[in-house]
Amino acid sequence: MSKPAIELKNITKTFGSIVANKNVSLTVNFGEILSVLGENGSGKTTLMNMISGIYYPDSGHIYINGEEVVIRSPKDAFDYKIGMIHQHFKLVDVFSAAENIVLGIDGKSRYNIKDSIKEIKKITDKYGFEIDLNKKIYEMSVSEKQTVEIVKVLYKGADILILDEPTAVLTPQETQKLFAVLRRMKESGKSIIIITHKLHEVLSLSDKVAVLRKGEYIGTVETKNTNEAELTEMMVGQKVELNIDRTEPKNCENRLEVLNISCINREGVKVLDNISFTARSGEILGIAGIAGSGQRELLESIAGLQKLNDGNILYHDPKTGKIDNLRDKTPVQIRDLGVRLSFVPEDRLGMGLVGNMDIVDNMMLRSYKKGKSLFVDRKQPKTLAKKIIEDLGVVTPGTSTPVRRLSGGNVQKILVGREIAASPTVLMAAYPVRGLDINSSYLIYNLLNTQKENGVAVIFVGEDLDVLLELCDRIMVISSGTISGIVDARTATKEELGLLMTKHGGEKQ
Amino acid sequence: MSKNNKIHEPLFHIVKRGALPFWLSWLIRIIAIVASLIVCGVVTIILTGENPLNIYKTIIEGAIGSERRIWSLFQNVAILLCISLAVTPAFKMKFWNIGAEGQVLMGGLATAACMIYFGESLPSIVLFPVMIIASVVAGAIWAVIPAFFKANWNTNETLFTLMMNYIAMQIVSYFVYLHSNPVGSGKIGIINSTTQAGWLPKIGGKSYLINIIIVAVLTIGMYIYLKYNKHGYEISVVGESENTARYVGINVKKVIIRTMLLSGAVCGIAGLLLVAGTDHSVAKETVDGRGFTAIMVSWLAKFNPIYMILTSLLLVFLEKGASQISTDFGLNDSFSEILTGIIIFFIIGSEFFVNYSVKFRHKDKEANKK
Amino acid sequence: MIVAFIQRAIVQGIPLLFGSTGEIITEKAGHLNLGTAGVMYVGGISGVIGAFIYENSVETVNPVLAVIIPILTSVIGSLIMGLIYSFLTVTLRANQNVTGLALTTFGVGVGNFFGGSLIKLTNSDLPSIALSATSNCFKTQLPFADKLGWFGEIFLSYSFLAYFAVIIALLTSFFFNKTKAGLSLRAIGENPATADAAGINVSKYKYFATCTGSIIAGLGGLYYVMDYACGVWSNDGFGDRGWLAIALVIFAVWKPNLSIFGSILFGGLLVVHNYIPNLTMASQEIFKMTPYVVTILVLIIISMRRKRETQPPASLGLSYFREER
Repeated sequence: MSKPAIELKNITKTFGSIVANKNVSLTVNFGEILSVLGENGSGKTTLMNMISGIYYPDSGHIYINGEEVVIRSPKDAFDYKIGMIHQHFKLVDVFSAAENIVLGIDGKSRYNIKDSIKEIKKITDKYGFEIDLNKKIYEMSVSEKQTVEIVKVLYKGADILILDEPTAVLTPQETQKLFAVLRRMKESGKSIIIITHKLHEVLSLSDKVAVLRKGEYIGTVETKNTNEAELTEMMVGQKVELNIDRTEPKNCENRLEVLNISCINREGVKVLDNISFTARSGEILGIAGIAGSGQRELLESIAGLQKLNDGNILYHDPKTGKIDNLRDKTPVQIRDLGVRLSFVPEDRLGMGLVGNMDIVDNMMLRSYKKGKSLFVDRKQPKTLAKKIIEDLGVVTPGTSTPVRRLSGGNVQKILVGREIAASPTVLMAAYPVRGLDINSSYLIYNLLNTQKENGVAVIFVGEDLDVLLELCDRIMVISSGTISGIVDARTATKEELGLLMTKHGGEKQ
Repeated sequence: MSKNNKIHEPLFHIVKRGALPFWLSWLIRIIAIVASLIVCGVVTIILTGENPLNIYKTIIEGAIGSERRIWSLFQNVAILLCISLAVTPAFKMKFWNIGAEGQVLMGGLATAACMIYFGESLPSIVLFPVMIIASVVAGAIWAVIPAFFKANWNTNETLFTLMMNYIAMQIVSYFVYLHSNPVGSGKIGIINSTTQAGWLPKIGGKSYLINIIIVAVLTIGMYIYLKYNKHGYEISVVGESENTARYVGINVKKVIIRTMLLSGAVCGIAGLLLVAGTDHSVAKETVDGRGFTAIMVSWLAKFNPIYMILTSLLLVFLEKGASQISTDFGLNDSFSEILTGIIIFFIIGSEFFVNYSVKFRHKDKEANKK
Repeated sequence: MIVAFIQRAIVQGIPLLFGSTGEIITEKAGHLNLGTAGVMYVGGISGVIGAFIYENSVETVNPVLAVIIPILTSVIGSLIMGLIYSFLTVTLRANQNVTGLALTTFGVGVGNFFGGSLIKLTNSDLPSIALSATSNCFKTQLPFADKLGWFGEIFLSYSFLAYFAVIIALLTSFFFNKTKAGLSLRAIGENPATADAAGINVSKYKYFATCTGSIIAGLGGLYYVMDYACGVWSNDGFGDRGWLAIALVIFAVWKPNLSIFGSILFGGLLVVHNYIPNLTMASQEIFKMTPYVVTILVLIIISMRRKRETQPPASLGLSYFREER
């Protein structure tokens, strides 16, 4: 049996009143790949950040090679040969790949970039990485950046590698390449911890699986002795049928017609490529896809936040039957056309709400311009705030609490509550249950269903396929900016969706 | 690390605080001010060898020791407060306008130019509106240039507005040489000293009262504008998150330019008050660094116009007091700048303890042992 | 006359070069130190205090000590300023703009206060601060400089501190481009979280950068008093050079080797009005604004071109707190 490389015992970390990790213990041996599995918000990343010295645990012990250690900073982590590849890459944009790789290495005070490149080449050849070391980071694709990150920690001599959701941004081909590299590393005796919430990856790659649920450690199992059903159960607790009420769509009319839209982002990447679909009233249209496949750009272009390079977005007014083209209109122009479009963006505190403002002021965000008065009216928003707090069960000391102080679920209730209060005809919600507990999630599902029954055209961007299948009426799958299929949610299967999500991937970057 | 290394935990680590009760955050700030006053006292004792009580007494006497001094104190507070009001909307928007110095100066220059060119030709009833318009426009132009570039190309506004200050100073210098009185002296002297054309009127025989009244009105106006006006609300949203502003359809460019126009216009009024209401002259040094002090006043008051009355009073009080120390003990009058610096350092530093708390590890450890 | 012009331009440019090199080091670590003007004042006056006390305590001035003592006191003075700034902005994460402006208020105050009160404080009976003996030691030229005609006048006629300024600028450039520490420092200014994750001690580097930057900027103040002003301290004499040094940083797009040429150009722009015949006093003032106008143009051009390599350090002006969520 191989030796344990790293052991965690009873690690606890809190942020204010939020418990991110509670009594977590786990062990990884040399020459072993451990998957840390858990849903979004289960505390995986926080735990790994404590091993890599970004956070400091409130209590608990860490052992490396059997000895207790204290990891106060990333530098300590490196001294113990721990290297972490963060989900959000920690690279300096204006530096070249080689400069990023040698950054922070002790040793000679002078360095010669050519010599460094030679040394780095040895590593890239050994594990089979393909990379141009002189390329600047800001010119690189996501997968190239990830390669730089991995080479960086290897160059620093890491024996324990932590990868935080490495496949979230990769195409299937790129994922396969990455896994091949990881297996080669494992064979050479390195310990690898990979954070993920994709079960098939866990099963195909790892030796052991540790499961976290809402910050609590559930247990570790050998991959060969387990299966998807067991892992899912560990991950979500007792096997839950979602049992989301779904009614048959009624009085469906075309509400929003998206015709052949394309969009090229600032980096010159075609993030939306010839997308066409129709959202109908009284129906929930789900959008599935790997994170970063163009979901955000799609919603933002409908909301008037994203300039399009091609195509049209037609809105059918339910009362007058008038058709307006929303392409390249600003949010204000869209509102002035009488289009009641509500949008719950993915970035709640960075876009949907203002964290430092209180609940009342956040209620006004959409409506403050109403009326001719020079001054803002806080009476109505205050009534609205009270109503939302009561109806949705928001836990808050009062209406004058800055929303940044509320927990994630309550923040989301405020945001969704405000968007629904505008009595929209189109409601778009991006990952509205991300990071929410079960009860809050169901509350959101119910709210979306109520909207649907009221004849609103709901567009729901989700990541949990089970939810998509049980909540939506139709599901559109996008992959690398193109539509790979639109299916009936009542008959489609998870496998079908999974296949569509990766259909076009890899053909382009 | 060697294997026999004893485990040593960090001595302390820093944690971001949740909300502090209102009184506690102000207690921290007051402690900081008291501490800074003690340090100032110590510094003064070292340099003068005087009894500390005498020193504080001198400060108070210097600031409010006579009616004339009290008037001068309030006059100075009014000007500083006016400039602080001007920079505040921009700061709330997170637009670092450190060009108030130049904007005020341009406003002052416009006022002086009107007084010189039209002082004799226009009756007061026309002259005053002309002066007001000229100063407001001049200040606004000076502020909107960097705003335009910031809005369109994200040009760094801190550096841009900073440079604009010195261009304004050179323009004033140029003007002063052109109109120096007596010719060639390099000074402009008192403008219209005989006719007093363009001088702001005395109210009840008090020459600075009109300045104070105007600034008092501006303070209330700015408070209402920022807190209750729709523009004020937009400024807060843009300052907190440009993404949110975009999301709700606020035209960020427009808000930046509009807010800087306002900021510059109020600076222009400050220039008017300085030139027409106080100095009756203009020079490169007219603003005398108040454009920078105003930034500190506004920041220390957390961008709240009402608190700014207190912070500007504090700084002017100290400045007056310290200059009294300089006179009484025969020291250079720059002494007040040293004291101001020390006090601001303390207040700036105290914000850390409002926002963060320092947790000592060994306490937890001892608790664990038990 | 051209020789004299270049000479004056260089003499004017050297304090700016010191200031901008110091500021570049600070800014590369992500700290916009608007206190540079104050730091340069303190650097100058601390040197003056050192020299004044030394000159008044000995009969004959030892040339080596007369140089070393002012440099030492100047370095200590600037170092204290650097420590105040970095303690507030790095450890206490205070707003950099406000701290910098307060530092300028404080530094200019210290400079003018001691400049005006030194004689009284030391109970000396001298009429004014004129450190000609010390200044002469600072101005020692290369012995063969005057034998080489115009070449000597343009390149060899300056005091050693001037060459020192150029050497420091070149060394700084080398430091940024060819050493690990320089790479780390640049990484901190661009993205402190990345540097932190790479195991770099962010706070230590930030302290190092602001303090070193301050010391170098302070030498600019010292050079101004000892060489340019011939040892005579006059209040506010240093003027706006501190701000001009910050302007020069932008002009040189954060590259110390470019700021060598930039400083001479700025110096030239400052004195060019003296070499243009028939200028009125008034139009001379217009000429003095050219460095600032040029800086604004550079600022506009780099922001319009959006070339990644010429942008200000990405985290300039922001505090770094590791556990920020």
